Amino acid sequence: MNDMNNLYRQIIMDHYKSPRHKGLKGYKCEHLHNPSCGDDITVEAKIENGKVVEVNHDGAGCSICCSSASVMSELLSGKSVDEAKEIIEDYFNMIKGEEIEDPDRLEDALVYQGVAQFPARMKCATISWQALKDVINDDTDGDKKDE
Amino acid sequence: MNKINIEDIRKYFPIYNNNPDFHYLDNAATSLKPSVVIDAMNDYYENYGVNIHRGVYKMSYLASTAYEDARSKVAKFINADDREVVFCRNASEGLNQIDLMLAKTLKSGDHVLSTPLEHHSSILPWQNVASVGIILDYIDLDEDYRITLNNIKAKITDNTKVLAITYASNTMGYITDIKDIISYAHQKGILVVLDAAQYIPHAKVDVKDIDCDFLAFSAHKMFGPTGIGVFYGKYNLLKKLAPVYYGGDMNNDVDFYKTEIKKPPYCFETGTPAIAEAIGLAKAIEFIEAVGYDQIQKVEKNLLDYAHSKLKEIKDVIIYNPNTDLGIINFNIKDVHPHDAATIFDNYNVALRAGHHCAQLVSRTLGVNGTLRASIYVYNTKEDIDALVDGIKETISFFKQF
Repeated sequence: MNDMNNLYRQIIMDHYKSPRHKGLKGYKCEHLHNPSCGDDITVEAKIENGKVVEVNHDGAGCSICCSSASVMSELLSGKSVDEAKEIIEDYFNMIKGEEIEDPDRLEDALVYQGVAQFPARMKCATISWQALKDVINDDTDGDKKDE
Repeated sequence: MNKINIEDIRKYFPIYNNNPDFHYLDNAATSLKPSVVIDAMNDYYENYGVNIHRGVYKMSYLASTAYEDARSKVAKFINADDREVVFCRNASEGLNQIDLMLAKTLKSGDHVLSTPLEHHSSILPWQNVASVGIILDYIDLDEDYRITLNNIKAKITDNTKVLAITYASNTMGYITDIKDIISYAHQKGILVVLDAAQYIPHAKVDVKDIDCDFLAFSAHKMFGPTGIGVFYGKYNLLKKLAPVYYGGDMNNDVDFYKTEIKKPPYCFETGTPAIAEAIGLAKAIEFIEAVGYDQIQKVEKNLLDYAHSKLKEIKDVIIYNPNTDLGIINFNIKDVHPHDAATIFDNYNVALRAGHHCAQLVSRTLGVNGTLRASIYVYNTKEDIDALVDGIKETISFFKQF
């Protein structure tokens, strides 16, 4: 059960049972759904002047899915868009089991490292991160069009 | 094939040789494959793997004969005529073809009646044609979430033209009392499209006895290969329908702007079909006959009773279908998301399904965000059930620590 304890860490279950940044305020959002297991997550972000001012989430799913949305919202709120994009890529690479340059900036999200041993759960751990990536990309695409 | 002893049945499945500790309880998703099926398909590829219905040479004749023999085998198995058996990709694709063809015979304002117990394949094709004015209705289920004739009667209107209904539910394990339902539907002039994918692995289908108009099933849930299924239609109905797909082999005479198509079933099979898979399906039918539905049902019933008795002792297990007819246990563990539980089961080599099981209307009806489903087939053993029970206990104690 060592792997299992690696997958389900106290911090994950804590965010699952007491999620942070839960509840949407009406910012630009992305809704993602995993039809096979029922994970259903909406992530929103307030993006201003190249900064991810605030990230929130709402939805239902397993502990990995819901807790990762909470951890991500806490971690990326207040980061610059560029830094947020880099951290998101780092996170995806970590989940795939690849080495990353600066693991420390993933902070609490590092606990999802164990997911790499559970390929069937990668989708759970990344669905909210993918949603935020879509929101940010959508927003920055919009900027480009405006230019 | 000779009659198969249940004690020996695992020997027929190479996957158990290669994975001795594998506790496979996801049989409602697909069955494991016996070596006789794999060998029959290899035999085709290794010894006469050429195209059918085309070549004027001995080997092509052999392949064509094996393919058409497979059709006859299926026909006899479900008590149909050969010309009423159409090979397709799987039950989903068969139902799509049937529904698209029938939709062309309907008019705007006609109703199709279905049930919340359906697999997505039985209803989504009808949602797809709703845009042309065909209206999809649902019956109410009874308090056990079963389909009843009375609830069907309550939703039939003068505009109801088709009843799209499952023979057995892939999540609740209920067998539909289909004979009475079809007989009533026919009194009202309603055609019945039956999804038999979940029924045929466990019980005899006799299309003449139940008098269904159309029916579909997949080979892969009944020991056969993936990639092939069957749709059945009464011949006098099939011959009035225009095929969905057009191309090679389904025609008699092609001119620049007009083509004479073949008679059923050939007009519905264009392009090179899944030849090895048809041969594999025929072998799977022989295998089912050698095991016998009586033995299949006996094993499943015994294991289901055993599982129920064990699960009753665990208070955090919620079973949604305690009165199931098939060996399907649809359940949740209190305060544990099904997907989290499935990972613990995986750790115990227990394979089961977590989520909506391609029947999300059932989750909606139950008011749950997904469930766990353990589904039994004839090669399962008490050890498989014990592993399931251990997995449940471990899941409960594991998540209690937080």
